[in-house]
Amino acid sequence: MQELWLFASAGMSLLPHVEHAPIWLTIAVGAALAWRTAIWWRRTALPSRWLLNFLVAAGSAGIFLTFNQFFGKDPGIALLICFLALKLLEMRRVRDGLAIIFLCYFLLLTHFLNEQGIGVAGFTLATLVVVTAALASLGHGGRPAADHLRQSVLMLAQAAPFMLVLFLLFPRVQGPLWGMPADAYSAMSGLSDSMSPGSISNLSLSGEIAFRVKFEGDLPPRPALYWRGPVLSLYDGRTWRADARQRKVSPHDTAAGPTYRYSVTLEPHNKHWLFVLEMPWKLPPDAILARDYQLLSKTPVRSRIRYEAQSHLEFVPGADESEVSLRRHLALPANNPRTRALAEKWRQELATDEGIVRRMLDHFRQEKFFYTLTPPLLGENSIDQFLFETRRGFCEHYASAFVFAMRAAGVPARVVTGYQGGEENPVDGYMIVRQSDAHAWAEVWLKDKGWVRVDPTAAIAPNRIEAGLASAVLAGEPLPFLVRTDLSWFRGIRFRWEALSNSWNQWVLGYNPQRQREVLSRLGMREPDWKTMTAAMAVLCGLLLLGLVFWTLHKRIRIDPTVRAWNLLSRKLAHLGLARRDWEGPMDFFNRVALSRPELAHPMQAIVALYIDLRYGKQNDQSAQQRLRKLVSNLEIIAKR
Amino acid sequence: MQATASFKRWLFRLYGPEAAPIILTQRRVYVLPTKAGLTYAAALGFMLIGAINYNLSLGYALIFLLAGLGLVALLHTFRNLVQLEIFPGHVEPVFAGDMAHFSLQLLNRRNQGRFSINLRFEGGGAVSTDPAASASTLVRLPLPTSRRGWLHPGRITLETRFPLCLVRAWSYVEPDMRCLVYPRPEKSAPPLPLSAAGESGGSRSGLGTEDFAGLRSHQLADSPRHVAWKAVARGQPLLTKQFAGASTTQVWLDWFEMPPELGIEARLSRLTRWLIDAHAQGLAYRVRLPGKEIPLGMGARHYQDCLEALALYGD
Repeated sequence: MQELWLFASAGMSLLPHVEHAPIWLTIAVGAALAWRTAIWWRRTALPSRWLLNFLVAAGSAGIFLTFNQFFGKDPGIALLICFLALKLLEMRRVRDGLAIIFLCYFLLLTHFLNEQGIGVAGFTLATLVVVTAALASLGHGGRPAADHLRQSVLMLAQAAPFMLVLFLLFPRVQGPLWGMPADAYSAMSGLSDSMSPGSISNLSLSGEIAFRVKFEGDLPPRPALYWRGPVLSLYDGRTWRADARQRKVSPHDTAAGPTYRYSVTLEPHNKHWLFVLEMPWKLPPDAILARDYQLLSKTPVRSRIRYEAQSHLEFVPGADESEVSLRRHLALPANNPRTRALAEKWRQELATDEGIVRRMLDHFRQEKFFYTLTPPLLGENSIDQFLFETRRGFCEHYASAFVFAMRAAGVPARVVTGYQGGEENPVDGYMIVRQSDAHAWAEVWLKDKGWVRVDPTAAIAPNRIEAGLASAVLAGEPLPFLVRTDLSWFRGIRFRWEALSNSWNQWVLGYNPQRQREVLSRLGMREPDWKTMTAAMAVLCGLLLLGLVFWTLHKRIRIDPTVRAWNLLSRKLAHLGLARRDWEGPMDFFNRVALSRPELAHPMQAIVALYIDLRYGKQNDQSAQQRLRKLVSNLEIIAKR
Repeated sequence: MQATASFKRWLFRLYGPEAAPIILTQRRVYVLPTKAGLTYAAALGFMLIGAINYNLSLGYALIFLLAGLGLVALLHTFRNLVQLEIFPGHVEPVFAGDMAHFSLQLLNRRNQGRFSINLRFEGGGAVSTDPAASASTLVRLPLPTSRRGWLHPGRITLETRFPLCLVRAWSYVEPDMRCLVYPRPEKSAPPLPLSAAGESGGSRSGLGTEDFAGLRSHQLADSPRHVAWKAVARGQPLLTKQFAGASTTQVWLDWFEMPPELGIEARLSRLTRWLIDAHAQGLAYRVRLPGKEIPLGMGARHYQDCLEALALYGD
């Protein structure tokens, strides 16, 4: 029985790791579990010690060969998995069982390194119940399985209030305490600091959430929802890159129009960018605004963070751009001759920079260009090829070709990447911006106007900007499931679910030192520092403990009122030296009392008759019980005389 | 050593034998984490450092839930022992060298069961029991014996690690119990001194088990085999059939007729052996010790009286 509990605990703790562990380890652990179950089923002997030592060495060697190290997140988890599986094969005493259970608790924790969603929390709780039941089965093997389960659920339920108090009040420390292993953030998706054909259309296939925004007051119109990300101004003929040499500026440029205040909850992407609505006016603390209006955080965003910002939709940024800087925004490699020729022709035909910009957009509009998620592959002179041959592309193709042509015509220009659009969740009012909203557009520098946003995609596929990706691409394109518009019932469920996981993220996962101070001051704690928090935590835990102690000592025995009255009678007569003996029935007792104290015979007779009737007869009503009680109480007065 | 013992006596309130019922009130139940419990706490500490380092909010939740579980386990273990009532029970006399068994009634007034409560005397084997809800449970605690006389078992340790093995709750009780230990029977004793019987003369007319010789009123110590059940069926009071032992031999177990080189314990040991043999063979015997003489008799009661006299010789 205990073995089965331990097998179940190990199985459930290992299950979520299957997705992340190396395949050979999963197979080996599965085999070990099957082997152990067979041993239990057929009651054969456990493997010998030297074989186990060999397996430990082999497993460790395999992990070292896979990861080239023992330290770090993934090799650490792999070692835990390996040890748990082998400990199952060495289950001889209670101590081994305890080791298995502690390993299971550790594995439950490590799974949170991969995922911390609501589903994971639910599964972990279920596993916790099973593991704790296994622990209870070690304490007493002979009880039926249901008893262990009930014990486990009861104890976890009693532990839950402690968890709440500690979770709220335990003084939070912002990690990390020491340098993180390099592999801690390997699996995060998002925009990168470079853009080549295909990079954004790949990202667009993901329905993952990039960030959520909560606006105070009205939402900006959808075509204005440009979330500024990496600005790319260096071009090598194929790939656009961000300029790493940036000076810090403050947002002093002229801004007009309504102010939008909002808070962004950004999913971790392991890069420095913070996404804000163009153009930022008030910055979140600890953020830097670079010369090209990229908002950067000081450390890479490695956990979900929340920041407040303000933006204006009308602005004139960078009107005072230096000559050197503008020259940098004209630099081009020597390729794509046909595009260059076209741009130079426009330069001679048209007088103003604005005219050239308009001419290029007209070109996109008038020629047969297509907006598609699956553009053909491009060769060396990719922009020539795109503009004059394939004419099928996604936003990065249009932005890239546009900026190239502008630079060739002598207009300073750069590529801006980020997200465009967003979907409001009617359930909780949060705007959700997904990876599929990733977008690339262009900025050109015009005299007196500064950097002006030009979105060539809007010229080809205005729907992309007005209504989102799903309505802009051709039918049959491989859109992420969550972005599709044709399943309205599904969207309703999805909105609810995403609102739920958003509150989960905000209040459970996002409960950091800052949130903690916020919540505690809202609960009425003035200036919550670690001292007051610890004190409050101790007091509340003490109260909870007292409640449980009361439950512990409280005897849940309801004594029948008839019996209670009878016991009182026995106690009273004991003062006269006439204690009722344990084996004495009511009649015998009465006879003995009547013999030694005749004056008590009369009142006793009524009591005994009533008692017998109540206890052994049919009479069972409350008034009779009260009468008995009264008779017994009155008896004392007589006895004292 | 002395100081430790007296400190322990003060700490655990060990004041000698207590009258029944002994109730394990909350003041006399002690709780401390076991080695597993300390490991559990250390593991939680490591997990907490990990959760802080990686900012695992759910990790915090898991660790705090497990910490709460530890506290709850402390109370559950305490609860498993507290308010248990202990009543000393019957103790059967034994021969020195045999295992004495002390019976105890454990009364659980709570309407929930208790589990895995271990009881043991110092130097005795442990007994595990699960006192059922609202019931009294009998346990028999073994204790090896070595010397004749009254055996005072000393204190009992009651302990439990139920339900999670993380915490140990224990209590000491010293019920007022004792066990009569008879002398150890000699292994290779000389045969019964039947010849000694001849000296008293005419002893063959004593009581025996073979020939029916009449009825006498029943005494508690009489064997039920000798009750005149037919008479009882006729409505008469209990009578015991008496038999004349035609072949019954009287045995005189006399301290003073033993070889003078034997020491006190050796004499008692031999007398015990003879007593056992005489009783087993259904002989009538009498015992003479310095300052004490038990007249001729037979039957279970007589046997026990004689053994008791031997056990308590010199007390």
